[in-house]
Amino acid sequence: MAQAETLPSMDYMALVRRKRLYGGLILIVFIALMASGFDVADARNAGGFWNGITHVFDFPKEILSEAARDWRNLPGFLWQFVPSLIETLNIAAVSTLFGSGLAVIFALLSTRGLALWPRLTPVFRRAMDIMRAMPEIVIALVLIFLLGGGPVPAMIAIAFHTTGALGKLFSEVAENADLKPVEGLQSVGANWLQRMFLGVLPQVAPNWSSYALLRFEINIRASAILGFVGSGGIGYDLKTSLQWGQGKYDEVVAIFLLLFLTISVVDHFSDRARARLVKGGKAA
Amino acid sequence: MSAITTNATTTADLRETVTRAFARRKMQALAVPVLILAYLVYVFFAFDVPGIAGRMRPDNAAVLLSDFWSYKTHVTRDNRTGEVSVAVEGERKGTWPPGTAPDWVTLGDETRVALPDGGRITYIPDGAVIARAGFGTIEVHSTGRAIALTLPEGAAMPDWISASNTRVNISGEGWRFSMTKARTETFRYFPGWELFFFTLDSPFHGKSVGELIALALWEPRLTPAHSNIAAMASDFWNNAMWRHGDVFAAMGETVLMAFLGTMGAGLIAFPLAFVAASNFAPARAIRLTLRRLFDFLRGVDGLIWTVILSRAFGPGPLTGSLAILLTDTGTFGKTFSEALENIDGKQVEGIQSTGANALQRARFGVIPQVAPVILSQLLYYLESNTRSATIIGALVGGGIGLLLTQAIITQKDWEEVSYYIILIIAMVMVMDSLSGWIRRKIIKG
Repeated sequence: MAQAETLPSMDYMALVRRKRLYGGLILIVFIALMASGFDVADARNAGGFWNGITHVFDFPKEILSEAARDWRNLPGFLWQFVPSLIETLNIAAVSTLFGSGLAVIFALLSTRGLALWPRLTPVFRRAMDIMRAMPEIVIALVLIFLLGGGPVPAMIAIAFHTTGALGKLFSEVAENADLKPVEGLQSVGANWLQRMFLGVLPQVAPNWSSYALLRFEINIRASAILGFVGSGGIGYDLKTSLQWGQGKYDEVVAIFLLLFLTISVVDHFSDRARARLVKGGKAA
Repeated sequence: MSAITTNATTTADLRETVTRAFARRKMQALAVPVLILAYLVYVFFAFDVPGIAGRMRPDNAAVLLSDFWSYKTHVTRDNRTGEVSVAVEGERKGTWPPGTAPDWVTLGDETRVALPDGGRITYIPDGAVIARAGFGTIEVHSTGRAIALTLPEGAAMPDWISASNTRVNISGEGWRFSMTKARTETFRYFPGWELFFFTLDSPFHGKSVGELIALALWEPRLTPAHSNIAAMASDFWNNAMWRHGDVFAAMGETVLMAFLGTMGAGLIAFPLAFVAASNFAPARAIRLTLRRLFDFLRGVDGLIWTVILSRAFGPGPLTGSLAILLTDTGTFGKTFSEALENIDGKQVEGIQSTGANALQRARFGVIPQVAPVILSQLLYYLESNTRSATIIGALVGGGIGLLLTQAIITQKDWEEVSYYIILIIAMVMVMDSLSGWIRRKIIKG
């Protein structure tokens, strides 16, 4: 009897000890990885970390002092860069629209229970994996080579990645949809399109829109970066001003300000809209 | 009586409101697609989509596609010195050693190049003779200033020849010939990525898979210093044409950027999240300041951080990882503190009732609740940052992103671009499944 009472507690202590050992080992490996990783990155960087850390504020100070000196130019520059900002936003918006539209199709075709061709679901899933894995810059640069500059290559590149990223999330949402409405519609002779449109879409629309809004936030950033690599929009203006260097730092500050304000404002409103969508109108 | 009339009016009212609501719904359902359509029409013109047809470069597409699945070998004669060289893609690293050539080239006083469609090109001292199957013999002579083209008698100028005083171009199925004053050159196209495994200076070049296995396992050493398998590995790794070693090091750099950035951000954000969570915050003012700081870090965005940081740290992977670190500290600070605010207070109370202090309450009451959320966030971002690190690498000059942009900018090594793209996709997918696997292991087990 006494043995039976001690056994579980001994087991428990052994378990705890083993867990602690594993935890400690993982911690040591993690710290070693971080430390050696930092060393490697530091060694392969042009300027070292300890050298650079003292100069982190040099560049901000330089551009801010120039902007402070020529502060009268700022409103004009802010106004001047609005068209490119709109282009950047347009790229993000259109690619989110196209991407989420395609993602809906891919998601429905790759969700168990909803797919039009159940056998092909793995094919669509793999396709989405590949689209998701493709960094935007790859497609953008190749398309710039083929189509020339302009916003269209960036738009296609972001839409491509968006399709993969949203398709996976959409399909996870659709997997949890109630199938009863779909069956009901099927019993009255609705075709696949009608079943999806009337049976599934109303259930998943709030979550899907919430994910699409989140993607829009991400895509604004992506579109600004792609502009920097050479595809129009405010990123391109930033690059040209930076290449000019001193004398145009007031422009750089204006662009930084515009980007920062836009991203913050969009984040804020989309945060609220998403809370309303997912929690059903009660959130502020 | 009156009760019935009110009832009737309410019914009528109700019907009216319902009908109106339906009408409004219909309008809305119609208005959204119309608005989207209007927006797309506006964008169609704002993006100058009609102008794309003019800017499009179908010839570039042809170059890209043919480069993707094939390579070309140049047989070049320098017309001034008379020297003939054979080189894969015309690159010095892919040049055949002097006096050697593939079997379709005959070196000698007159270099002869066999063409895939049965024709033959012979380099004569002042030009070249092209025997084209089914057409006849074309002669190209360099006569002092100009380059003269002689077609077979009675033949009209075909569309596969373009000739001017300074240059003659002739193209055929799988080959191309070009002559200028400076050089006479023939290109032959072959499928595949030549020299992918071994360059021409490696003793293993041109061996079949079977021969290579035999060499690796039992055949005598080709180089006395190393075993065959080690020599093979080193020849592959140090392949001058494809630079596998450098490419893999660059991929490691990219993953390193993502790892350092994500984990560093997590380490910084975790303690800060306690201070920024309403149920742990020591003071309201500190909490709100931290929240604003997180918003600021996120709002400034990776692009701006990259620009600022590369001024201080110079190009390289460290700059990239710091840019990721700064942006993600903002993101993690927000999500971690939200997770902390959503914990169940009962467990903390339970721990408190045993007399635990604040640190013990956090360790045994709070962390077990938030650990799964935080870990899955970290792992998810690790995967997504691998992709971002490719892009940031292109900006700051580090990792596979840099190699990719360099290869694209030169606009000729598209087979290398394809190789990098395939590797990047594989890298992101591996990171994706790795982070998914760890997530399942840690959170379930």
